[in-house]
Amino acid sequence: MLDIYDFYDKMERNNIMLSFKGNITSDLLTSILQIMESKMDNMQEEPKVKKKVYNVLVECLQNLYHHMDEIPADPEISEQERSAIFMIGKQNNEYTIYTGNYILSQNVEKLKGRLDIVNSMSKEELKEYYKTILNNGEMSEKGGGGLGMIDIARKSGQKLNYNFVPVDDKNHFFSLNVKISQ
Amino acid sequence: MEAISIEGTPKTPTIKFDPSSGVLELKGRSIPENSIEFYKPLIDLLDKYAANPKPITNVNIQLEYFNTSSSKCILDLFKKLESIKNNGSAVTINWHYEEDDEDMLEAGEDYQAIINVPFKMIQIEE
Repeated sequence: MLDIYDFYDKMERNNIMLSFKGNITSDLLTSILQIMESKMDNMQEEPKVKKKVYNVLVECLQNLYHHMDEIPADPEISEQERSAIFMIGKQNNEYTIYTGNYILSQNVEKLKGRLDIVNSMSKEELKEYYKTILNNGEMSEKGGGGLGMIDIARKSGQKLNYNFVPVDDKNHFFSLNVKISQ
Repeated sequence: MEAISIEGTPKTPTIKFDPSSGVLELKGRSIPENSIEFYKPLIDLLDKYAANPKPITNVNIQLEYFNTSSSKCILDLFKKLESIKNNGSAVTINWHYEEDDEDMLEAGEDYQAIINVPFKMIQIEE
C-alpha cells in the first residue's frame, strides 16, 4: 500500500505550501497563481516579496507549460513524459520553487549550456544579457524566447540550481530549484 | 479607424487606444501564455495609426506584473511608437510603477535604453 504518511511527512518537513503533478494546462496555471496569491495575502506577506515570488512563479510555471506544448502529439510518447511536477515551500523566510519535467536526452546539453551561461553572470551582466536577447532574440510562435531563465535569475537574485537525471534511453528528468529570499 | 477597448482579466491587461485622441492605455497584469495572439489587435491598429498619427501621442503603461512572453510584445509595441514618433507625432511613454517595486522601475529603464522615445517614470503612491 502507498504510504501517504511518508509523503505528508516529507512535505511537512519541507514546509510545502502547494504541490501538483500532472499535465500543465493554462487553467491550472491560473488556479495555482490564484491560490498562491491568496495564501501570501493571508500570511500578510510583504508586497515586495509577494511580487517577486509571483513573478518567478509565473516564469517557472510557464516554462513547464511551453515545454509541454512543444511535445508533439505522438502516440509513442507516454502520458508520463507529458507530465510535470511543481512544488512551492517556505522555510526560514525563504521561498523555494521546485519544478521537474522530462526532457529529451538530446536536448540536455543545450539547456545545460543556457543555464550555465545565466549562472556565470553577475547582476549587471544579466541585465545587459536580458536586453540583448529581448532586442535581438528570435521569438518563438507562442512568445517564449529564452528570456524566462534570465528573468528568473534576475528577479530571484540567486543562481539557478538544477539537475538532470537519466531516466531511460530517450529521456532525462530535469529539475530546477529557485530560491527567493526576503 | 475604430478605437480598441479590451477589458482586463487575471492574466491580461486592460487595453484602451483611441486613434482620434492619440491616447493609449495599458493597465493591469500581462501574463498570458500566448502573448503574441493577445497583443496582435493593438499592434495592427498602431500600424494603421502610424500612417497618419495625431500631433501628440500619449501612452500610459501601468502594469502590475508582466511575463517574459509579454515583454517581447511590449517591445514590439514600443517599436511601433518609435515609428509613430518618426512620422511626426510627439510620443511620450508614461511608465508607472508602484513604490518599492524596483523590478518594475528597472524594467521601464531597460525599455528606455532600447527605445528612442521619451519616457517619464511615474511612481504611484500606495
